[in-house]
Amino acid sequence: MKQLDAERQMKRRKRKNTIFHVLFLSSTLFGIVALGMLLIQILSDGLGWLDWDFLTNNASRKAERSGIKAAIAGTLWMMSITAPLSFIIGVSTAIYLEEYAKKNWFNRFIQTNIANLAGVPSIVYGLLGLTIFVRVFGFGKSVLAGSLTMTLLILPIIIVASQEAIKAVPVTQRNASFALGANRWQTIIRVVLPSALPGILTGSILSFSRAVGETAPLIVVGAVAYITTLPSGVFDKFTVMPIQIYTWANLPQEEFHHVAAAGIIVLLFMLLTMNAIAIFLRNKYQKKN
Amino acid sequence: MKQSKQDKTHNSFMQRKKGFNSLDRLMPIILAIIAGISVLTTIGIIVILITESAGFFQAVSITEFLFGTEWTPLFADPRFGVLPLIMGTFMITLVASIVALPIGFGSAIYLSEYAPKKVRNFLKPILEILAGIPTIVYGFFALTFITPIIKLVIPQTDLFNALSAGIVVGIMIIPMISSLSEDAMNAVPNSLRYAAYAMGSTKLEVALKVVVPAAFSGIVASFVLGLSRAIGETMIVTLAAGALPNMDFDFLKSIQTMTAYIVTTSQGDTAYGSVEYRTIYAVGITLFVITLLMNILAGYISRKFREEYE
Repeated sequence: MKQLDAERQMKRRKRKNTIFHVLFLSSTLFGIVALGMLLIQILSDGLGWLDWDFLTNNASRKAERSGIKAAIAGTLWMMSITAPLSFIIGVSTAIYLEEYAKKNWFNRFIQTNIANLAGVPSIVYGLLGLTIFVRVFGFGKSVLAGSLTMTLLILPIIIVASQEAIKAVPVTQRNASFALGANRWQTIIRVVLPSALPGILTGSILSFSRAVGETAPLIVVGAVAYITTLPSGVFDKFTVMPIQIYTWANLPQEEFHHVAAAGIIVLLFMLLTMNAIAIFLRNKYQKKN
Repeated sequence: MKQSKQDKTHNSFMQRKKGFNSLDRLMPIILAIIAGISVLTTIGIIVILITESAGFFQAVSITEFLFGTEWTPLFADPRFGVLPLIMGTFMITLVASIVALPIGFGSAIYLSEYAPKKVRNFLKPILEILAGIPTIVYGFFALTFITPIIKLVIPQTDLFNALSAGIVVGIMIIPMISSLSEDAMNAVPNSLRYAAYAMGSTKLEVALKVVVPAAFSGIVASFVLGLSRAIGETMIVTLAAGALPNMDFDFLKSIQTMTAYIVTTSQGDTAYGSVEYRTIYAVGITLFVITLLMNILAGYISRKFREEYE
Protein backbone atom coordinates (compact mmCIF):
# COMPACT_ATOMS: atom_id res chain seq x y z
CA MET A 1 0.00 0.00 0.00
CA LYS A 2 2.70 2.43 1.06
CA GLN A 3 4.88 1.47 -1.86
CA LEU A 4 2.07 2.25 -4.28
CA ASP A 5 1.74 5.69 -2.73
CA ALA A 6 5.44 6.37 -3.14
CA GLU A 7 5.31 5.21 -6.74
CA ARG A 8 2.36 7.44 -7.50
CA GLN A 9 4.11 10.35 -5.89
CA MET A 10 7.27 9.70 -7.90
CA LYS A 11 5.22 9.63 -11.08
CA ARG A 12 3.63 12.94 -10.19
CA ARG A 13 6.99 14.55 -9.51
CA LYS A 14 8.33 13.28 -12.80
CA ARG A 15 5.31 14.54 -14.69
CA LYS A 16 5.65 17.94 -13.06
CA ASN A 17 9.28 17.97 -14.13
CA THR A 18 8.33 17.23 -17.73
CA ILE A 19 5.66 19.94 -17.77
CA PHE A 20 8.09 22.54 -16.48
CA HIS A 21 10.79 21.35 -18.87
CA VAL A 22 8.42 22.19 -21.71
CA LEU A 23 7.51 25.54 -20.10
CA PHE A 24 11.14 26.57 -19.67
CA LEU A 25 12.00 25.47 -23.20
CA SER A 26 9.08 27.45 -24.62
CA SER A 27 10.25 30.55 -22.72
CA THR A 28 13.58 30.25 -24.47
CA LEU A 29 11.92 29.64 -27.81
CA PHE A 30 9.62 32.66 -27.28
CA GLY A 31 12.53 35.03 -27.70
CA ILE A 32 13.74 33.18 -30.76
CA VAL A 33 10.30 33.05 -32.34
CA ALA A 34 9.90 36.79 -31.70
CA LEU A 35 13.24 37.39 -33.41
CA GLY A 36 12.13 35.25 -36.34
CA MET A 37 8.82 37.09 -36.71
CA LEU A 38 10.59 40.43 -36.52
CA LEU A 39 13.02 39.47 -39.28
CA ILE A 40 10.33 37.95 -41.51
CA GLN A 41 8.09 41.00 -41.05
CA ILE A 42 10.86 43.41 -41.97
CA LEU A 43 12.16 41.38 -44.89
CA SER A 44 8.68 40.96 -46.38
CA ASP A 45 7.95 44.66 -45.89
CA GLY A 46 11.19 46.04 -47.17
CA LEU A 47 12.96 43.63 -49.49
CA GLY A 48 10.93 44.72 -52.51
CA TRP A 49 11.95 48.33 -51.97
CA LEU A 50 15.61 47.62 -51.51
CA ASP A 51 17.47 48.32 -54.74
CA TRP A 52 20.48 50.21 -56.02
CA ASP A 53 18.50 53.46 -56.25
CA PHE A 54 17.56 53.17 -52.58
CA LEU A 55 21.22 52.97 -51.62
CA THR A 56 22.30 55.88 -53.83
CA ASN A 57 19.39 58.33 -53.46
CA ASN A 58 19.04 60.99 -50.81
CA ALA A 59 15.94 61.43 -48.67
CA SER A 60 12.94 62.61 -50.63
CA ARG A 61 9.35 63.62 -49.98
CA LYS A 62 8.32 60.92 -52.44
CA ALA A 63 8.51 57.38 -51.15
CA GLU A 64 9.66 55.77 -54.41
CA ARG A 65 12.53 58.24 -54.76
CA SER A 66 13.67 58.08 -51.14
CA GLY A 67 17.10 56.71 -50.47
CA ILE A 68 19.43 56.16 -47.60
CA LYS A 69 22.68 57.54 -49.02
CA ALA A 70 22.91 60.60 -46.76
CA ALA A 71 22.14 58.50 -43.70
CA ILE A 72 24.82 55.93 -44.55
CA ALA A 73 27.31 58.74 -45.13
CA GLY A 74 26.32 60.36 -41.81
CA THR A 75 26.72 57.08 -39.93
CA LEU A 76 30.18 56.56 -41.48
CA TRP A 77 31.20 60.15 -40.65
CA MET A 78 30.06 59.73 -37.07
CA MET A 79 31.80 56.39 -36.62
CA SER A 80 35.06 57.72 -38.11
CA ILE A 81 35.29 59.99 -35.05
CA THR A 82 33.49 57.90 -32.43
CA ALA A 83 35.30 54.60 -33.06
CA PRO A 84 38.95 55.72 -32.71
CA LEU A 85 38.22 58.21 -29.93
CA SER A 86 36.19 55.84 -27.75
CA PHE A 87 38.72 53.06 -28.42
CA ILE A 88 41.69 55.16 -27.28
CA ILE A 89 39.96 56.62 -24.23
CA GLY A 90 38.35 53.31 -23.27
CA VAL A 91 41.50 51.18 -23.55
CA SER A 92 43.60 53.82 -21.76
CA THR A 93 41.15 53.92 -18.88
CA ALA A 94 41.10 50.12 -18.69
CA ILE A 95 44.93 49.95 -18.66
CA TYR A 96 45.06 52.55 -15.91
CA LEU A 97 42.49 50.76 -13.76
CA GLU A 98 43.93 47.27 -14.25
CA GLU A 99 47.69 47.91 -14.36
CA TYR A 100 48.40 51.09 -12.42
CA ALA A 101 45.56 51.99 -10.09
CA LYS A 102 46.15 51.19 -6.45
CA LYS A 103 43.23 49.92 -4.46
CA ASN A 104 42.30 53.23 -2.85
CA TRP A 105 38.99 55.05 -2.54
CA PHE A 106 39.59 57.21 -5.62
CA ASN A 107 40.08 54.29 -7.97
CA ARG A 108 37.18 52.41 -6.44
CA PHE A 109 35.15 55.57 -7.04
CA ILE A 110 36.14 55.61 -10.74
CA GLN A 111 35.15 51.96 -11.02
CA THR A 112 31.73 52.45 -9.37
CA ASN A 113 31.24 55.53 -11.49
CA ILE A 114 31.81 53.57 -14.72
CA ALA A 115 29.32 50.91 -13.63
CA ASN A 116 26.73 53.61 -12.93
CA LEU A 117 27.39 55.37 -16.25
CA ALA A 118 26.62 52.13 -18.07
CA GLY A 119 23.14 52.24 -16.54
CA VAL A 120 22.33 55.86 -17.44
CA PRO A 121 19.53 55.97 -20.07
CA SER A 122 20.90 56.96 -23.47
CA ILE A 123 18.51 59.90 -23.73
CA VAL A 124 20.29 61.53 -20.77
CA TYR A 125 23.51 61.40 -22.81
CA GLY A 126 21.54 63.28 -25.44
CA LEU A 127 20.82 66.07 -22.94
CA LEU A 128 24.51 66.10 -21.99
CA GLY A 129 25.61 66.36 -25.62
CA LEU A 130 23.05 69.04 -26.42
CA THR A 131 24.15 71.22 -23.53
CA ILE A 132 27.93 70.71 -23.55
CA PHE A 133 28.84 70.10 -27.19
CA VAL A 134 26.08 71.93 -29.06
CA ARG A 135 25.65 74.95 -26.74
CA VAL A 136 28.67 75.43 -24.45
CA PHE A 137 31.39 74.39 -26.91
CA GLY A 138 29.37 75.88 -29.77
CA PHE A 139 29.78 72.96 -32.19
CA GLY A 140 26.16 73.35 -33.28
CA LYS A 141 24.04 70.44 -34.47
CA SER A 142 27.07 68.95 -36.17
CA VAL A 143 28.74 65.63 -36.90
CA LEU A 144 31.29 66.51 -34.22
CA ALA A 145 28.72 67.12 -31.46
CA GLY A 146 26.93 63.87 -32.33
CA SER A 147 30.15 61.84 -32.47
CA LEU A 148 31.39 63.12 -29.12
CA THR A 149 28.04 62.37 -27.49
CA MET A 150 28.14 58.83 -28.87
CA THR A 151 31.75 58.44 -27.68
CA LEU A 152 30.74 59.17 -24.09
CA LEU A 153 27.75 56.84 -24.43
CA ILE A 154 29.70 53.74 -25.45
CA LEU A 155 32.78 54.48 -23.35
CA PRO A 156 31.65 52.51 -20.26
CA ILE A 157 31.01 49.40 -22.38
CA ILE A 158 34.46 49.54 -23.99
CA ILE A 159 36.16 50.16 -20.63
CA VAL A 160 34.48 47.18 -18.95
CA ALA A 161 35.15 44.85 -21.91
CA SER A 162 38.81 45.94 -22.08
CA GLN A 163 39.23 45.45 -18.34
CA GLU A 164 37.94 41.89 -18.65
CA ALA A 165 40.34 41.19 -21.51
CA ILE A 166 43.32 42.66 -19.61
CA LYS A 167 42.40 40.73 -16.45
CA ALA A 168 42.40 37.51 -18.47
CA VAL A 169 46.12 37.86 -19.32
CA PRO A 170 47.94 35.50 -16.92
CA VAL A 171 50.17 37.10 -14.26
CA THR A 172 52.93 34.66 -15.21
CA GLN A 173 53.33 36.43 -18.57
CA ARG A 174 53.80 39.76 -16.83
CA ASN A 175 56.27 38.26 -14.35
CA ALA A 176 58.26 36.68 -17.18
CA SER A 177 58.52 40.09 -18.81
CA PHE A 178 59.61 41.75 -15.55
CA ALA A 179 62.19 39.00 -15.02
CA LEU A 180 63.78 39.91 -18.36
CA GLY A 181 64.27 43.44 -17.09
CA ALA A 182 61.31 45.12 -18.75
CA ASN A 183 59.61 47.91 -16.87
CA ARG A 184 55.86 48.16 -16.40
CA TRP A 185 55.11 50.21 -19.51
CA GLN A 186 57.19 47.91 -21.73
CA THR A 187 55.36 44.95 -20.24
CA ILE A 188 51.99 46.54 -20.94
CA ILE A 189 52.80 47.53 -24.51
CA ARG A 190 54.63 44.37 -25.55
CA VAL A 191 53.09 41.60 -23.48
CA VAL A 192 49.73 42.51 -21.96
CA LEU A 193 48.13 44.47 -24.82
CA PRO A 194 48.99 42.07 -27.67
CA SER A 195 47.62 39.24 -25.62
CA ALA A 196 44.44 41.13 -24.61
CA LEU A 197 43.84 42.71 -28.02
CA PRO A 198 41.38 40.17 -29.47
CA GLY A 199 39.19 40.49 -26.38
CA ILE A 200 39.42 44.27 -26.47
CA LEU A 201 38.52 44.35 -30.17
CA THR A 202 35.56 42.02 -29.69
CA GLY A 203 34.11 44.25 -26.99
CA SER A 204 34.83 47.43 -28.94
CA ILE A 205 33.19 46.22 -32.15
CA LEU A 206 30.08 45.22 -30.20
CA SER A 207 29.90 48.67 -28.64
CA PHE A 208 30.46 50.33 -32.04
CA SER A 209 27.45 48.41 -33.33
CA ARG A 210 25.53 49.80 -30.37
CA ALA A 211 26.51 53.31 -31.48
CA VAL A 212 25.45 52.63 -35.07
CA GLY A 213 21.99 51.55 -33.91
CA GLU A 214 21.44 54.23 -31.27
CA THR A 215 18.82 56.86 -32.11
CA ALA A 216 17.49 58.87 -29.18
CA PRO A 217 20.58 60.81 -28.06
CA LEU A 218 21.32 61.91 -31.62
CA ILE A 219 17.78 63.21 -32.09
CA VAL A 220 18.20 65.27 -28.93
CA VAL A 221 21.59 66.53 -30.08
CA GLY A 222 19.85 67.63 -33.25
CA ALA A 223 20.72 65.33 -36.13
CA VAL A 224 18.05 66.01 -38.74
CA ALA A 225 16.35 63.65 -41.12
CA TYR A 226 15.99 65.57 -44.37
CA ILE A 227 19.48 66.08 -45.68
CA THR A 228 20.04 66.69 -49.35
CA THR A 229 23.78 67.22 -49.28
CA LEU A 230 26.32 64.92 -47.68
CA PRO A 231 28.38 66.30 -44.81
CA SER A 232 31.76 67.50 -46.03
CA GLY A 233 33.28 68.29 -42.64
CA VAL A 234 32.83 67.68 -38.95
CA PHE A 235 30.90 70.91 -38.43
CA ASP A 236 28.23 70.05 -41.01
CA LYS A 237 24.70 68.95 -40.26
CA PHE A 238 24.10 65.26 -40.61
CA THR A 239 21.67 62.40 -40.22
CA VAL A 240 22.22 58.74 -39.37
CA MET A 241 20.44 55.57 -40.45
CA PRO A 242 18.30 55.03 -37.32
CA ILE A 243 17.02 58.62 -37.41
CA GLN A 244 16.18 58.33 -41.10
CA ILE A 245 14.29 55.10 -40.35
CA TYR A 246 12.48 56.76 -37.43
CA THR A 247 11.35 59.62 -39.67
CA TRP A 248 10.09 57.27 -42.37
CA ALA A 249 8.29 55.06 -39.85
CA ASN A 250 6.62 58.13 -38.36
CA LEU A 251 5.10 59.28 -41.67
CA PRO A 252 1.43 58.40 -42.12
CA GLN A 253 1.69 57.13 -45.73
CA GLU A 254 1.85 53.34 -46.01
CA GLU A 255 4.60 53.42 -48.69
CA PHE A 256 7.02 55.02 -46.27
CA HIS A 257 6.68 52.00 -43.98
CA HIS A 258 8.18 49.93 -46.77
CA VAL A 259 10.95 52.48 -47.20
CA ALA A 260 11.59 52.31 -43.43
CA ALA A 261 11.72 48.50 -43.60
CA ALA A 262 14.22 48.70 -46.46
CA GLY A 263 16.33 51.05 -44.32
CA ILE A 264 16.13 48.61 -41.42
CA ILE A 265 17.42 45.81 -43.67
CA VAL A 266 20.48 47.91 -44.54
CA LEU A 267 21.02 48.79 -40.87
CA LEU A 268 20.65 45.19 -39.67
CA PHE A 269 22.96 43.96 -42.41
CA MET A 270 25.63 46.37 -41.21
CA LEU A 271 25.15 45.37 -37.55
CA LEU A 272 25.13 41.64 -38.26
CA THR A 273 28.35 42.03 -40.24
CA MET A 274 29.95 43.79 -37.28
CA ASN A 275 28.68 41.10 -34.89
CA ALA A 276 29.99 38.39 -37.18
CA ILE A 277 33.44 40.01 -37.14
CA ALA A 278 33.33 40.17 -33.33
CA ILE A 279 32.31 36.49 -33.06
CA PHE A 280 35.01 35.52 -35.56
CA LEU A 281 37.65 37.34 -33.49
CA ARG A 282 36.40 35.75 -30.28
CA ASN A 283 36.51 32.24 -31.74
CA LYS A 284 39.96 32.73 -33.21
CA TYR A 285 41.21 33.98 -29.89
CA GLN A 286 39.62 31.16 -27.90
CA LYS A 287 41.25 28.54 -30.11
CA LYS A 288 44.71 29.94 -29.39
CA ASN A 289 44.42 29.38 -25.66
CA MET B 1 88.21 60.10 -30.95
CA LYS B 2 86.13 57.55 -32.76
CA GLN B 3 83.54 55.64 -30.87
CA SER B 4 83.75 51.91 -31.20
CA LYS B 5 80.77 50.10 -32.66
CA GLN B 6 80.07 48.47 -29.33
CA ASP B 7 79.95 51.83 -27.57
CA LYS B 8 77.47 53.11 -30.11
CA THR B 9 75.19 50.16 -29.61
CA HIS B 10 75.54 50.58 -25.90
CA ASN B 11 74.71 54.29 -26.12
CA SER B 12 71.63 53.82 -28.23
CA PHE B 13 70.58 51.04 -25.91
CA MET B 14 70.96 53.33 -22.92
CA GLN B 15 69.03 56.05 -24.74
CA ARG B 16 66.18 53.74 -25.53
CA LYS B 17 66.19 52.48 -21.98
CA LYS B 18 66.03 56.06 -20.75
CA GLY B 19 63.19 56.76 -23.15
CA PHE B 20 61.25 53.80 -21.87
CA ASN B 21 61.96 54.71 -18.27
CA SER B 22 60.63 58.24 -18.67
CA LEU B 23 57.64 56.80 -20.53
CA ASP B 24 57.18 54.42 -17.63
CA ARG B 25 56.99 57.38 -15.27
CA LEU B 26 54.83 59.49 -17.60
CA MET B 27 52.26 56.98 -18.78
CA PRO B 28 50.42 56.36 -15.51
CA ILE B 29 49.84 60.10 -15.22
CA ILE B 30 48.58 60.40 -18.81
CA LEU B 31 46.37 57.34 -18.42
CA ALA B 32 44.96 58.60 -15.12
CA ILE B 33 44.02 61.88 -16.79
CA ILE B 34 42.24 60.00 -19.59
CA ALA B 35 40.50 57.81 -17.01
CA GLY B 36 39.18 61.03 -15.50
CA ILE B 37 36.98 61.55 -18.59
CA SER B 38 34.45 59.07 -17.25
CA VAL B 39 34.32 60.98 -13.96
CA LEU B 40 33.93 64.25 -15.88
CA THR B 41 31.04 62.69 -17.82
CA THR B 42 29.20 61.92 -14.60
CA ILE B 43 29.90 65.36 -13.17
CA GLY B 44 28.78 66.88 -16.48
CA ILE B 45 25.49 64.98 -16.43
CA ILE B 46 24.72 65.92 -12.84
CA VAL B 47 25.73 69.58 -13.15
CA ILE B 48 23.78 70.09 -16.38
CA LEU B 49 20.64 68.42 -15.12
CA ILE B 50 20.73 70.43 -11.89
CA THR B 51 21.60 73.87 -13.33
CA GLU B 52 19.21 73.65 -16.28
CA SER B 53 16.31 72.33 -14.23
CA ALA B 54 17.05 74.95 -11.53
CA GLY B 55 15.83 77.55 -14.02
CA PHE B 56 12.70 75.47 -14.50
CA PHE B 57 12.03 75.16 -10.79
CA GLN B 58 12.30 78.92 -10.37
CA ALA B 59 9.28 79.27 -12.62
CA VAL B 60 7.39 76.17 -11.50
CA SER B 61 7.12 74.99 -7.92
CA ILE B 62 8.48 71.54 -7.13
CA THR B 63 5.13 70.68 -5.53
CA GLU B 64 3.27 71.37 -8.77
CA PHE B 65 5.86 69.40 -10.74
CA LEU B 66 5.83 66.33 -8.52
CA PHE B 67 2.14 66.19 -7.65
CA GLY B 68 0.35 67.93 -10.53
CA THR B 69 -1.81 65.59 -12.59
CA GLU B 70 -1.72 67.51 -15.86
CA TRP B 71 1.24 67.78 -18.23
CA THR B 72 0.52 70.36 -20.93
CA PRO B 73 3.70 72.50 -21.09
CA LEU B 74 3.14 73.65 -24.68
CA PHE B 75 -0.44 74.84 -24.19
CA ALA B 76 -1.42 78.51 -23.84
CA ASP B 77 -2.20 77.80 -20.20
CA PRO B 78 0.62 75.41 -19.37
CA ARG B 79 0.44 72.76 -16.62
CA PHE B 80 3.62 71.17 -15.35
CA GLY B 81 2.59 68.09 -13.37
CA VAL B 82 4.98 65.24 -14.22
CA LEU B 83 2.71 62.47 -12.88
CA PRO B 84 1.08 61.64 -16.26
CA LEU B 85 4.54 61.03 -17.76
CA ILE B 86 5.53 58.88 -14.79
CA MET B 87 2.22 57.03 -15.12
CA GLY B 88 2.93 56.36 -18.80
CA THR B 89 6.42 55.13 -17.99
CA PHE B 90 5.01 52.92 -15.22
CA MET B 91 2.41 51.38 -17.55
CA ILE B 92 5.06 50.50 -20.13
CA THR B 93 7.28 49.03 -17.42
CA LEU B 94 4.38 47.02 -15.98
CA VAL B 95 3.51 45.41 -19.33
CA ALA B 96 7.19 44.84 -20.11
CA SER B 97 7.79 43.10 -16.78
CA ILE B 98 4.74 40.85 -17.20
CA VAL B 99 6.25 39.75 -20.52
CA ALA B 100 9.94 39.71 -19.67
CA LEU B 101 10.26 38.52 -16.05
CA PRO B 102 8.64 35.06 -16.38
CA ILE B 103 10.01 34.44 -19.86
CA GLY B 104 13.51 35.65 -19.05
CA PHE B 105 13.51 33.64 -15.82
CA GLY B 106 12.19 30.51 -17.54
CA SER B 107 14.71 30.66 -20.33
CA ALA B 108 17.53 31.23 -17.82
CA ILE B 109 16.51 28.05 -15.98
CA TYR B 110 16.28 26.15 -19.25
CA LEU B 111 19.68 27.31 -20.49
CA SER B 112 21.47 26.74 -17.21
CA GLU B 113 19.75 23.57 -15.91
CA TYR B 114 17.99 21.68 -18.70
CA ALA B 115 19.66 22.42 -22.01
CA PRO B 116 22.31 20.01 -23.27
CA LYS B 117 25.57 21.83 -23.96
CA LYS B 118 25.11 21.65 -27.73
CA VAL B 119 21.61 23.12 -27.62
CA ARG B 120 22.77 25.85 -25.27
CA ASN B 121 25.68 26.79 -27.51
CA PHE B 122 23.22 27.07 -30.36
CA LEU B 123 20.42 28.99 -28.59
CA LYS B 124 22.50 31.48 -26.63
CA PRO B 125 24.04 33.33 -29.57
CA ILE B 126 20.58 33.70 -31.13
CA LEU B 127 19.31 35.34 -27.94
CA GLU B 128 22.38 37.60 -28.09
CA ILE B 129 21.31 38.77 -31.54
CA LEU B 130 17.98 39.78 -30.02
CA ALA B 131 19.90 41.95 -27.55
CA GLY B 132 21.83 43.66 -30.34
CA ILE B 133 18.83 44.78 -32.39
CA PRO B 134 18.43 48.58 -32.32
CA THR B 135 15.40 49.84 -30.40
CA ILE B 136 14.19 51.77 -33.45
CA VAL B 137 13.71 48.40 -35.17
CA TYR B 138 11.71 47.14 -32.19
CA GLY B 139 9.61 50.29 -32.36
CA PHE B 140 8.87 49.67 -36.03
CA PHE B 141 7.98 46.07 -35.21
CA ALA B 142 5.55 47.22 -32.49
CA LEU B 143 3.88 49.72 -34.80
CA THR B 144 3.56 47.54 -37.90
CA PHE B 145 3.16 44.04 -36.45
CA ILE B 146 2.06 43.93 -32.79
CA THR B 147 -0.40 46.83 -32.94
CA PRO B 148 -2.34 45.40 -35.94
CA ILE B 149 -2.61 42.06 -34.11
CA ILE B 150 -3.97 43.77 -30.97
CA LYS B 151 -6.40 45.77 -33.12
CA LEU B 152 -7.59 42.53 -34.66
CA VAL B 153 -8.52 41.21 -31.22
CA ILE B 154 -9.72 44.51 -29.71
CA PRO B 155 -10.82 46.80 -32.55
CA GLN B 156 -11.18 50.00 -30.49
CA THR B 157 -7.44 50.04 -29.72
CA ASP B 158 -5.64 53.27 -30.64
CA LEU B 159 -2.99 53.13 -33.37
CA PHE B 160 -0.54 54.29 -30.72
CA ASN B 161 -1.06 52.43 -27.46
CA ALA B 162 0.75 51.45 -24.28
CA LEU B 163 0.09 47.72 -24.62
CA SER B 164 1.88 47.20 -27.92
CA ALA B 165 4.90 49.29 -26.90
CA GLY B 166 5.07 47.58 -23.49
CA ILE B 167 5.02 44.08 -25.00
CA VAL B 168 7.86 44.94 -27.34
CA VAL B 169 9.90 46.64 -24.58
CA GLY B 170 9.41 43.34 -22.72
CA ILE B 171 10.74 41.35 -25.69
CA MET B 172 13.71 43.71 -25.82
CA ILE B 173 14.74 43.10 -22.19
CA ILE B 174 14.25 39.29 -22.24
CA PRO B 175 17.85 38.58 -23.33
CA MET B 176 19.24 40.85 -20.63
CA ILE B 177 17.25 39.24 -17.81
CA SER B 178 17.85 35.76 -19.17
CA SER B 179 21.60 36.15 -19.52
CA LEU B 180 22.17 37.89 -16.15
CA SER B 181 19.99 35.34 -14.31
CA GLU B 182 21.77 32.50 -16.09
CA ASP B 183 25.13 33.89 -14.99
CA ALA B 184 23.90 33.88 -11.40
CA MET B 185 22.66 30.28 -11.72
CA ASN B 186 25.89 29.11 -13.35
CA ALA B 187 27.78 30.48 -10.36
CA VAL B 188 26.03 27.96 -8.10
CA PRO B 189 28.53 25.11 -7.59
CA ASN B 190 27.68 21.69 -9.00
CA SER B 191 28.29 19.99 -5.65
CA LEU B 192 24.97 21.45 -4.45
CA ARG B 193 23.18 20.02 -7.49
CA TYR B 194 24.78 16.59 -7.08
CA ALA B 195 23.81 16.51 -3.42
CA ALA B 196 20.18 17.17 -4.35
CA TYR B 197 20.23 14.57 -7.15
CA ALA B 198 21.70 12.05 -4.72
CA MET B 199 18.66 12.58 -2.51
CA GLY B 200 16.48 11.59 -5.47
CA SER B 201 15.36 15.04 -6.63
CA THR B 202 14.04 15.68 -10.10
CA LYS B 203 15.60 18.34 -12.30
CA LEU B 204 12.74 20.70 -11.51
CA GLU B 205 13.27 20.26 -7.77
CA VAL B 206 16.99 20.86 -8.11
CA ALA B 207 16.33 23.98 -10.18
CA LEU B 208 13.60 25.52 -8.03
CA LYS B 209 14.62 24.36 -4.54
CA VAL B 210 18.42 24.48 -4.77
CA VAL B 211 19.71 26.56 -7.67
CA VAL B 212 17.16 29.39 -7.70
CA PRO B 213 17.34 30.07 -3.93
CA ALA B 214 21.14 29.98 -4.11
CA ALA B 215 21.19 32.39 -7.07
CA PHE B 216 18.29 34.47 -5.76
CA SER B 217 20.12 37.75 -5.27
CA GLY B 218 21.56 37.65 -8.78
CA ILE B 219 18.15 36.86 -10.26
CA VAL B 220 16.44 39.73 -8.39
CA ALA B 221 19.24 42.08 -9.42
CA SER B 222 18.73 41.09 -13.06
CA PHE B 223 15.00 41.86 -12.70
CA VAL B 224 15.66 45.31 -11.25
CA LEU B 225 18.23 46.10 -13.97
CA GLY B 226 15.79 44.92 -16.64
CA LEU B 227 13.06 47.19 -15.29
CA SER B 228 15.50 50.09 -15.16
CA ARG B 229 16.25 49.47 -18.85
CA ALA B 230 12.50 49.47 -19.58
CA ILE B 231 12.08 52.82 -17.81
CA GLY B 232 14.92 54.42 -19.79
CA GLU B 233 13.93 52.90 -23.15
CA THR B 234 13.12 55.62 -25.64
CA MET B 235 12.58 54.81 -29.30
CA ILE B 236 10.04 51.98 -28.93
CA VAL B 237 7.76 54.16 -26.80
CA THR B 238 8.29 57.26 -28.95
CA LEU B 239 7.30 55.38 -32.07
CA ALA B 240 4.58 53.05 -30.79
CA ALA B 241 3.07 54.48 -27.59
CA GLY B 242 2.16 57.92 -28.85
CA ALA B 243 2.38 61.39 -27.35
CA LEU B 244 -0.69 61.94 -25.18
CA PRO B 245 0.24 62.25 -21.51
CA ASN B 246 -2.70 61.10 -19.42
CA MET B 247 -3.53 59.44 -16.12
CA ASP B 248 -6.27 57.11 -17.38
CA PHE B 249 -4.43 53.83 -16.87
CA ASP B 250 -5.94 52.55 -20.12
CA PHE B 251 -3.45 50.30 -21.91
CA LEU B 252 -5.25 50.53 -25.24
CA LYS B 253 -4.93 54.30 -25.44
CA SER B 254 -2.08 56.53 -26.46
CA ILE B 255 0.16 57.63 -23.59
CA GLN B 256 3.47 59.45 -23.22
CA THR B 257 6.52 58.42 -21.23
CA MET B 258 9.27 60.59 -19.77
CA THR B 259 11.77 59.53 -22.44
CA ALA B 260 9.33 59.99 -25.31
CA TYR B 261 8.53 63.49 -24.07
CA ILE B 262 12.21 64.47 -24.12
CA VAL B 263 12.71 63.18 -27.67
CA THR B 264 9.56 64.75 -29.06
CA THR B 265 10.12 68.13 -27.43
CA SER B 266 13.80 68.39 -28.33
CA GLN B 267 12.79 67.92 -31.98
CA GLY B 268 10.30 70.77 -31.84
CA ASP B 269 11.05 74.47 -31.97
CA THR B 270 10.66 75.58 -28.35
CA ALA B 271 12.80 78.66 -27.74
CA TYR B 272 16.17 77.99 -26.13
CA GLY B 273 16.16 79.03 -22.47
CA SER B 274 12.37 79.23 -22.11
CA VAL B 275 10.49 77.38 -19.39
CA GLU B 276 9.06 74.98 -21.99
CA TYR B 277 12.58 74.25 -23.21
CA ARG B 278 13.80 73.58 -19.68
CA THR B 279 11.06 70.99 -19.12
CA ILE B 280 13.23 68.46 -20.92
CA TYR B 281 15.88 68.86 -18.23
CA ALA B 282 13.34 68.67 -15.40
CA VAL B 283 11.97 65.45 -16.88
CA GLY B 284 15.55 64.31 -17.57
CA ILE B 285 16.63 64.69 -13.96
CA THR B 286 13.51 62.82 -12.79
CA LEU B 287 14.34 59.96 -15.15
CA PHE B 288 18.00 60.02 -14.16
CA VAL B 289 17.25 59.87 -10.43
CA ILE B 290 14.75 56.99 -10.84
CA THR B 291 17.07 54.83 -12.96
CA LEU B 292 20.09 55.67 -10.79
CA LEU B 293 18.24 54.56 -7.64
CA MET B 294 17.21 51.33 -9.34
CA ASN B 295 20.75 50.60 -10.54
CA ILE B 296 22.12 51.26 -7.06
CA LEU B 297 19.41 48.99 -5.62
CA ALA B 298 20.35 46.20 -8.04
CA GLY B 299 24.03 46.54 -7.09
CA TYR B 300 23.12 46.54 -3.40
CA ILE B 301 20.96 43.42 -3.71
CA SER B 302 23.56 41.43 -5.57
CA ARG B 303 26.33 42.44 -3.12
CA LYS B 304 24.34 42.21 0.11
CA PHE B 305 22.65 38.88 -0.44
CA ARG B 306 25.35 37.13 -2.41
CA GLU B 307 25.96 33.63 -1.16
CA GLU B 308 29.68 32.92 -1.14
CA TYR B 309 30.73 29.45 -2.19
CA GLU B 310 34.19 27.97 -1.70
